[in-house]
Amino acid sequence: MKLSALRQSYINRRSYFRSSVPLDSSSDSAFNSPTAIFGLILHGLCCLISLFLGYRFSRLVFFFLFSTNFYTSPFRSTADLVRTLDVHSVLSTNPHLPLVNKTLPNSRVVVGRHGIRIRPWPHPDPVETMKAHRIIEIVQKEQRSQFGEKDPRTVIVVTPTYVRTFQALHLTGVMHSLMLVPHDLVWIVVEAGGVSNETASLIAKSGLKTIHVGFNQRMPNSWDERYNLESKMRLRALRIIRQKKLDGIVMFADDSNMHSMELFDEIQNVKWFGAVSVGILANSINADEMVDHKEEQENPRMPVQGPACNASNMLAGWHVFNASPYAGKSAVHIDDRGTVLPRKLDWSGFVLNSRLLWKDRGERPKWIKDIDMLEGDIESPLDLVNDPSMVEPLGSCGRRVLLWWLRVEARTDSKFPPRWVIDSPLEITVPSRHTPWPDAPPEPHANEEPIEKHSTKRTSGSKRRSKRKQNYNSAGQIDV
Amino acid sequence: MEIWRWVFVGIIFLAGFVVKIEPFKLGRSQPTERISGSAGDVLEDDPVGRLKVFVYELPSKYNKKILQKDPRCLNHMFAAEIFMHRFLLSSPVRTLNPEEADWFYTPVYTTCDLTANGLPLPFKSPRMMRSAIQLISSNWPYWNRTEGADHFFLVPHDFGACFHYQEEKAIERGILPLLQRATLVQTFGQRNHVCLKEGSITIPPYAPPQKMQTHLIPEKTPRSIFVYFRGLFYDVGNDPEGGYYARGARAAVWENFKDNPLFDISTEHPTTYYEDMQRAVFCLCPLGWAPWSPRLVEAVIFGCIPVIIADDIVLPFADAIPWEEIGVFVDEKDVPNLDTILTSIPPEVILRKQRLLANPSMKQAMLFPQPAQPGDAFHQVLNGLARKLPHDKGVYLKPDERVLNWTAGPVGDLKPW
Repeated sequence: MKLSALRQSYINRRSYFRSSVPLDSSSDSAFNSPTAIFGLILHGLCCLISLFLGYRFSRLVFFFLFSTNFYTSPFRSTADLVRTLDVHSVLSTNPHLPLVNKTLPNSRVVVGRHGIRIRPWPHPDPVETMKAHRIIEIVQKEQRSQFGEKDPRTVIVVTPTYVRTFQALHLTGVMHSLMLVPHDLVWIVVEAGGVSNETASLIAKSGLKTIHVGFNQRMPNSWDERYNLESKMRLRALRIIRQKKLDGIVMFADDSNMHSMELFDEIQNVKWFGAVSVGILANSINADEMVDHKEEQENPRMPVQGPACNASNMLAGWHVFNASPYAGKSAVHIDDRGTVLPRKLDWSGFVLNSRLLWKDRGERPKWIKDIDMLEGDIESPLDLVNDPSMVEPLGSCGRRVLLWWLRVEARTDSKFPPRWVIDSPLEITVPSRHTPWPDAPPEPHANEEPIEKHSTKRTSGSKRRSKRKQNYNSAGQIDV
Repeated sequence: MEIWRWVFVGIIFLAGFVVKIEPFKLGRSQPTERISGSAGDVLEDDPVGRLKVFVYELPSKYNKKILQKDPRCLNHMFAAEIFMHRFLLSSPVRTLNPEEADWFYTPVYTTCDLTANGLPLPFKSPRMMRSAIQLISSNWPYWNRTEGADHFFLVPHDFGACFHYQEEKAIERGILPLLQRATLVQTFGQRNHVCLKEGSITIPPYAPPQKMQTHLIPEKTPRSIFVYFRGLFYDVGNDPEGGYYARGARAAVWENFKDNPLFDISTEHPTTYYEDMQRAVFCLCPLGWAPWSPRLVEAVIFGCIPVIIADDIVLPFADAIPWEEIGVFVDEKDVPNLDTILTSIPPEVILRKQRLLANPSMKQAMLFPQPAQPGDAFHQVLNGLARKLPHDKGVYLKPDERVLNWTAGPVGDLKPW
């Protein structure tokens, strides 16, 4: 590339490369002999034909006469064929081509114009592509084993979940993140309301090692109670880990959180109990109102929960979530339109070595409580720790945010097709709307019956059309 | 007692032998392998004490003034001639006593006559070289003693001492007749070619080490590009129809693989060129107007396996570095099957090549760092010169024996410079 860029300013080159027209017979001894005249006439004729055709067809002639080694392409149109033939020129047997010198008598490299070799089907071959991807995989595995974590430990992921409209959305996100983790993984899914086929079918698609347990209470409708129940469910999962003596690193992946892949590499560094920084994406619909407030010192950055370090990179304290800007505007019930707030310190920001949970005291440090000895429930994993200064801050001392917390749910009464497969209940008629625009959902209070019925006129057309027009979400926010 | 001594020696020898074979772990815990070429394990040899080089003091019109006129010469790919001079001036192998010197170096910068675009014009170079040789042969007796057989010259231009950028013209001219007996240190190398003399030392083109250092990315970044190449496929200015440039090989690469997702090839020069090379498994190094290019150096520094498409090319330091084990060689006629060739390489071989490329002495041997470091290209050149010692008897001519023809070559070359 660089070398050829050099060439462009050389003055003499263009003239050199104008190779002579093959039929250019002697123009100097022009009028002296009949053969010369004949040659001239032939030359003129060929020029005219070339002018007509638009390319030097003499090459075609020599191609047909002297063709040796190149590939023709059966799939190209004649115009293309003609164009490529122009490019495929003959090598060295033609005396009219410019002087072709070999570099030395016994060299196999020839200086001069060469043909451009194109194979018959110059397009990617799927078998080759697969082989290449396997090679890339092997190279990357080798890279990981050399520069990444040596002896990575199993990651044990605890996820509390329950069946609702947004479950598929959230759980699929977490599932795909977990499927990408290059280390061994065990996924413990605790489901409120008992084990259900919905969840089971969803997590079966992952191909991961999963432990799916049910929890006998149903998920309540308010956020506070939901958090409490989730804590109980997580404790249940920790008891399972203890019972099965699973060995690895326990992390809490809630089903609506977003995890980065670096998180799974970073948690391998934990010794006993670690904390990462979590970005809180509080659902701020009322963000404009907040900014107009008098408190302008409120920095509008995203709040982050996690460890705080002092100058010598030792744990000095905690960044917790400050709920005061949202006072009065927070959501209480799951289907509220207000901001959904997290607790002060969320479970998902903590990781622990599973050996801390095992029954036998063994190597377990003194500052961890035994989970069987807990009275009541714990609000955050810090309650498990007697001495909070022993917590290891991860992610370059909490400066890197490796996961994000978000809670988005549909209304509790919203319906969705089971397993998100639309079967064909043609017989259901739902009355259609009268106004073409969606109206605001009614104020959320548990007493009223806010469901608006939508219907579509069933046309006498095909099955498909009526199926498409049926509206499965009766809450009115999604219009099909 | 004699026997015990021999037993002891034998044990030491065996121990050394065993330790040499297995791959050793470097500080950063990346296993590499030792590199040994046909001349043996010579990459880390120290030339100090093995040879002595005398540097002629030429008037500054041959070197300093040229550089002053155009300081761009320090950054282009032919800058090795300037840096070699500077290195030798302060190196321990330099001797001020010419009587004890094994090799003589003439610092003449023949590739520093640049056009507006920065390309070297070779038209005056033969005359410059000739004038320099006339000077040293008249002021010092050492040239006439051997007619240059113990002198070496750096000629990093496209076709070495043939002093022309066009291959046909270069072949026509041949190597400058006055340099017939001298050792040429050049970047050009092609077997059975007029412009590569027997006994020449091939060096890599100059690539700025600082610039490459600043573009390094963390080694754990996974390599996700299969084949990478950036450069021209058709030289539209000089060879619009294709077929001349790169002997049609680059055009063949484009035509066959332009829509192949495994091949990240294009003519655009991105700002992340160096970073992308570090994310690729294979880097294409096809020939251009000349068979060599700085791409080879860049591929070695960034750990990307070079795929060399240039028939009969001679790569730098070919006796010290076993290029067959490090790079992939593809004949120009096999370019349409490049994807099959590359995917059919067994994965163990690919991993081994990457290990060899990761060897720091390999990377060091391709660079011309300022100031010089042990194992770099300067030292490899000196090692190469040291391996040619001792000079055999035919080098020294009898007092009235003359071999060189001072009037050979095109008439234009005989004009004084």
